[in-house]
This record gives sequence, C-alpha cells and structure tokens, in this order.
Amino acid sequence: MDQKNPGILKKLLARREASVLIALIVLCVALSLMSPYFLKQRNIFSVLRQISAIAIMAVGQALIIITGGIDLSVGSMLGLMGVLTAVFSTWHLPPVLVFLIVIFCGILMGSINGLLVTKVNITPFIVTIGMMNIARGLSLLITGGMPIHIDSSINFLGGGYLGPIPFSVIIMALIAVLGILFASRTLPGRNVYAVGNNDRAAELSGVRVHRVKIMVYAITGALCALAGIIIGGTLNSADPNSGKGYEMDVIAAVILGGTSLSGGEGTIQGVLIGAALMGVLRNAFVLLGISAYLQIVTIGVVIIGAVAIDSFKTMQSSR
Amino acid sequence: MSETVIELKGIKKEFPGVLALDKVQLKVGKGEVHALVGENGAGKSTLMNILSGTYQPNEGEILYKGASVRFPEPRDAQDAGIAMIHQELSLSPSLSIYENIFVGRLLKNRFGLTDIAAMIRDSSVFLEELGMGTLDPKTLISDLSVSQQQLVEIAKAVSLNSDIIIMDEPTSSLTRKESLYLFKIIEGLKAKGVSVLFISHRMDEIFSISDKITVLRDGRYIDTLDTGITNEKEIVSLMVGRSLDKQFHREKKKEFSGNPLLEVKDLSVPGLFENVNFKLYSGMILGLTGLVGAGRSELVQSIFGADNLPDGEILIQGDPAQIKNVKDSVGLGLGLIPEGRKTQGIFREMSVRENISMTVLQKEPGQFLIDRARESEDVEEYIRKLRIKTPGPEQKIKFLSGGNQQKAILARWLLSSPRILILDEPTHGIDVGAKAEIYQLMEDLTREGIGILLISSELPEIITMSDEILVMSEGRINGSLPGDSASQDEIMQLSIPGKERSKA
Ligand SMILES: Nc1ncnc2c1ncn2[C@@H]1O[C@H](COP(=O)(O)OP(=O)(O)OP(=O)(O)O)[C@@H](O)[C@H]1O
Ligand SMILES: [Mg+2]
Repeated sequence: MDQKNPGILKKLLARREASVLIALIVLCVALSLMSPYFLKQRNIFSVLRQISAIAIMAVGQALIIITGGIDLSVGSMLGLMGVLTAVFSTWHLPPVLVFLIVIFCGILMGSINGLLVTKVNITPFIVTIGMMNIARGLSLLITGGMPIHIDSSINFLGGGYLGPIPFSVIIMALIAVLGILFASRTLPGRNVYAVGNNDRAAELSGVRVHRVKIMVYAITGALCALAGIIIGGTLNSADPNSGKGYEMDVIAAVILGGTSLSGGEGTIQGVLIGAALMGVLRNAFVLLGISAYLQIVTIGVVIIGAVAIDSFKTMQSSR
Repeated sequence: MSETVIELKGIKKEFPGVLALDKVQLKVGKGEVHALVGENGAGKSTLMNILSGTYQPNEGEILYKGASVRFPEPRDAQDAGIAMIHQELSLSPSLSIYENIFVGRLLKNRFGLTDIAAMIRDSSVFLEELGMGTLDPKTLISDLSVSQQQLVEIAKAVSLNSDIIIMDEPTSSLTRKESLYLFKIIEGLKAKGVSVLFISHRMDEIFSISDKITVLRDGRYIDTLDTGITNEKEIVSLMVGRSLDKQFHREKKKEFSGNPLLEVKDLSVPGLFENVNFKLYSGMILGLTGLVGAGRSELVQSIFGADNLPDGEILIQGDPAQIKNVKDSVGLGLGLIPEGRKTQGIFREMSVRENISMTVLQKEPGQFLIDRARESEDVEEYIRKLRIKTPGPEQKIKFLSGGNQQKAILARWLLSSPRILILDEPTHGIDVGAKAEIYQLMEDLTREGIGILLISSELPEIITMSDEILVMSEGRINGSLPGDSASQDEIMQLSIPGKERSKA
C-alpha cells in the first residue's frame, strides 16, 4: 500500500520463524528432486489435507501459548467433538445445526478450561491434563469404545472436494487468514500479546486479563470442534480414540513456528509454517519409504534443533 | 592521583539501527567514586554493560589493573572483581533474600553441605547495614517493595567483595533516607579501596558522593571533571549540549471551587491503609509523599481498581463511583502510571507503538479492528512530544534505554487523555532536561482542567509541583501541607511514623 516495502525482505529474514521457513523450502526442494510424486497435485493436496486438522488447532494453541498458557486437551477434545458430531447426526438434525451445536460444545469445553485457569487459578498444565482425560473418557463412554458411523452431509467438510481442492484445505486456509488477521489487526488479538508479555501491566492498562485468557481457550475449543468435524468427515465415522497424541503435534507446530513457550511472542504465520514443516516431513518418510519409527525420531530432532538454532541466534544478537 | 584500576579506550558499540557508543573512554582510580552522567539514551548503561561483560564492544579495549582484558560473560567480569547492579532489577522473585544474595556461590559448611544458617546470618548483616535490619532474610523477593528489592540488589553486589562495583541508577527507586544508607556504604567501600561507578540523574547525589564525573552525550565521550572544581550547571550543560538555565517553577493555587474531580472518603483496606480522605480538584496537582512502605502505591492502586477493592466511598465529580476493575476506572476517566516499569509497565517483546497505544485502544467502546493509520499517527506524535529516543515506532521497547521506556509509559497514559491522572514516581530514571519538560507537560495538563495526583519520594519534585501535599505514614494520611510554603523538613517530620499533626 504505502512506501514501506523496501525493508520487508530483510525484516522477514530477521523474524524468528525465518529459519523454519528456510528449512521448509529446502526440504520441499530436496523432496521434489528425490521423488517425482512430491509436486504432483494429488500429493500436495493430500499433504495439506493431512495437516489441516493440526494447523487449525495450532492457531488456537498458539494464541494460548502466547498468553503464557498451554492446552494439552486439544487431541481429546477433537476426539470428543467427532463423537458428538456422530451422535447429533443420528438425531436427523440439519447439518448446519449439527455444525453449530458441535462448535458450541467446543467453545463450552474451552471456556471451562479458561475458567478453571483464571477464576480457580489452577495452572493450565494441570487443568488441561484433567480435561484431556475427561474428554477422552466421555468419548469412550458415549461410543462404548467402538467407532460410530457419521451419517450426515456434514461429512462434506472433511471429505468433500471443491474441484480438485479438498474442502478441509479451504477451511484451513480460511482459519489461517482469520487467525493472522485476528492476531495482528484486532484489539483482542493485541491483548493476547499484552497478557503474555506482562499480565500485571496489561491489567493496569485496562485489559481484562481473565477475559482474554478465557477467550483463547474458548477459541481453541471451537477450533478443536472444527478439526473434529473434519477428521470425522474424512472417515465418515467417529473414532473415540481419534486425535490421540495430537496435542504434541500441535504444540510442536507452534514451537517450530517461533512461538516462545514463555509467552508474549509468536505469530500465526509462523505457526502455519511450523505445521507445514511437520506435514511435509511426515510425507517425506512416506514418499521415500523410510521407517515410520525413524520418522518419530526425526521429528523430535527437528523440534529440538529448530529451537536450539533460534536460541543460539538470540544469544548472539544480544551480545 | 591514585593508581588507575580500570581504563576503557575507544569503545564502540552498535545495535541494529543504533550507534550506542562511539569512541568512548573512561578511566577510574582505586577507591574512587566515579559518576557517569548523560541524558536518557546517552549510552551510560551500555558502557557499563560492556565493562561488566554483558555486552561485547565492536571496537575498543579494556585495561584492567594494567592488563588488556576481555569479559565474554558477566561471570568472567565478576570473577575478576567487577560487580554490577543493573538498572532493571534482576533478582529471582520466587527465591528468598538470602538465596538471591548467595545465588551461584552458596556457602558450604565443613561437611560440604550448603550452610543455610551462615548465609542467613551474613545476609542479616548486609541488610542491617542498609537499614533493613527488621527484614527476615528468608522473605521472598516477590513480597518486597521495589525499593527493598533495590536494596537487596545492592546488598548482593556488595557481598561479592569486588574491586569495582557498578551501580546503574541505584537510587532511582529509593527514598532519600534509603539513599543515605547507600551513600554510607559507598563511603565504606571507598575506604576499603573499592572503586564505585555510579550512575544517577540526581545532581545533588552526584555532587555529594562522587570524586569525578564523566559526561556522555549521544554515545560520545564529552569530558571527565573533578567534582570539586565543577558545578551542577556546568555538568548539565555538558550533558545536554546547551545551557539549561532556569529551574522549573510552578505558580501554586490555594482555592479550588466546584465539585472535586475525585474525592475519597474513609477509604480503607485492612492492613494496607485506613481512613484516607482527600479531594482532588480540576487543575490541581495533589502531592502524595511519605516513606516507602507508607502505603502510597497500595492506596492509589486500590482506588484505581487494580487490586484490594477498598471500603469507603469514591466520588467522581460528586457522583459515587463503582470501580470494580481497571476498565471501570479507565472508563470514568482515571489514569494511573504505576511505579516499577519493568514489573508493571512495559510489554517487553512488543513494539514502542504497541506499548504506547495500549490504553487508548482499550478505551474506545466496541473497538475490534485496530485503525493502524490512526494508531501510528498518535504514537508518532507522542514520540516527538516526549522526545522518546528510538530508531522508530516499530523498535521493541526492551531495546530502549530505561528513561526512554519510562517516557513511553507516560505517553501511553497521556494519549488516553484521562481527566484524573495518578502518577506514581513518574520521573523515575528520567534525565534533568526531560524532567523539566515533563513538569511543563503536567502544568499544561492542569491548565486543561485535568487533576493530577502525584506520588513521589523526591521531595523537591513534590514541593515544586504540588498545590497541596499529603504526607502518608503507616497507611494513614499523617497531615497535609500547603504547596506554596511547605519545606522538606516539615514533610520529613510528618512522614515519621507515630507523629501526627492535625490538618492545617
Ligand atoms: N540491546 C539493545 N538493542 C538496541 N538498541 C539498544 C540496546 N541497548 C541500548 N540500545 C540503545 O542504545 C542507546 C543507549 O542506551 P543506554 O541504555 O546505554 O542509555 P542510558 O544512557 O543508560 O539511558 P538512561 O538514562 O535512559 O538509562 C539508546 O538509544 C538505546 O535505545
Ligand atoms: Mg540506563
């Protein structure tokens, strides 16, 4: 728009997420050389589809981590919301209504997390470990431990295509754009950073700190519901065990994307890059036919490596 | 002429977009108290951080006891006998006083176990010397006031038995009385041959304790003078690069009419303060002073709805006000600049722009999308108005010098245009020239009809600015004095706990 563009490339490179972006590009180039399938449209969309649930939840998780909290219940919430989708579709409600109810349930669960963190003053780690168990237990209770069929056109959100593009990828793109705008252009987004930087100063500046915290957990709840609907839709069924361990992938994406676990710093753009890196890494192992066990080790190494490089860089620049 | 202990030569330090120091030199003798002065952002802290191994210079040499040295880490400087008290407090809040004092070098008893008793004993001695004998060394840092934390920070540096102690604005959060304890300690250090590098914006302190004064301006070395043969005026003009003659003067008003902007009746929070009454009128500056720990900050924070909601009545322009949280009071036109900029003021990782616009954005009802163009315009206006030294509004605030961070917090509240402004130690860490500008700004605000409640431990500041002065002691208003005739002595008398005087 205005004349501030010249420095933009330099600025981008100085950003925390720059090293991850470079790693992502290098990996993509290498993969496209090593495997003829990588750049095939089908593969690209399938990678994007696989990361969509993780990326969507990572947007919420990032907001929570920026306020200085953490949410370990995202995987279980995803599972429970999938199950609820199945249950509500058996009531023969219109899909729009099912969608709204499930999202509402997500907001509710997230808000409970937020209320416990703020009003009861329990550390987020404990609250959300509790919620992780509660949500998983509820899913198993409701389903009796067996996957149940989802019979509703709501499955389109997860399994449908718009032309060649999976619908879930469109949803992910939408959430990404909204997330970026929310964090960088809106007052509640700004307040998320303020709370994470210095909650006392935020309070004294007129920010309602508790509300901000409850809000980020509620948003994450809603996004877990969305992810649950998508995962359910891809399989046409709700597995009570779905989303197990996803919390670690989500947190890894957030941290890879340059968000500091101590709060106050990070961007949604970075988190999306982090999620993409995880997705492409996974894809690499499939395409190159390397052991899935090695893949787990590699992802661990990448996470530690990225954070280490980053911490090294900040140590250098502050001297 | 005593022997030179440390000499810095041709020091250059560059940060992205800022040349903080350019060919700076400094020479300090054994047992010398050497003051370092300059405007906010002149490079004082940066130079000391280089000496103490926190930063590495881009160019230049450090000669210590005659040999050229490098300190890659603060630890190396410490081991060589150079201790530094940083401008921003750096104690661990969740540890006790004695643990902070001995962190990294726990005392061991003859069985090789940590000797807690000895550390507590030694800590008590240090606290005693600083006039805090009543404080239990096992108290957590987070339970201490800002000034007590500062004193612990000093105790820690002194306990290291260093040859050089660097003190970066140690007195900015201390009261006069606490500062005097510090000066006695500095005398003692000097007698033992320890050199002290002392940074302060208070000229009276510099002239009462230093032997030499080095002036920096805009990252450049200006001159080093013997304290005995120079004077305040000369130093200030060297600092700002022009002569700054007249002292700030404010005409006091005695009579105020109409409804008070802010009136509090019988305000109490058990254990913090009780039965506080005062009236603040439009156009008035009401001074509130007293020893640290008298409950001043607690009082204003609770009026402001920040914590411990008080019993009693708060009236705003004659109407009872229900203040349950800060948002309520901001909505009612109150503003509070808190003490302790690191803990209660700045958002470290956010830009100067975001720091300044924080409150004004909260104020607009229904604000959702931020109008970036307007935000930038407002912020840039205040950066100019308060002459905040920054490469631009997008610089992270943590990279600004201490005084410039303080100016940014001032800007945050001025921008939100409150009708009632509570300032808690607003000129904390601000240089002489900028102080006068801020006083002028306060005067301008009162002319616009704003009422200011000014909390300050600096008696000259309180006396220069206030129309009326309230003196608090142990949670009570001990008395009030008219602003046009009050003297430091009268205020000191009233701030002593136990003494009481009926209202004039
Ligand atoms: N880590 C940093 N990164 C970028 N700029 C910095 C950094 N530290 C200091 N600066 C800049 O260097 C200049 C000198 O800062 P310094 O903190 O030394 O000032 P000072 O003389 O101590 O001021 P004050 O009286 O306000 O404490 C300032 O313009 C400041 O913005
Ligand atoms: Mg400084």
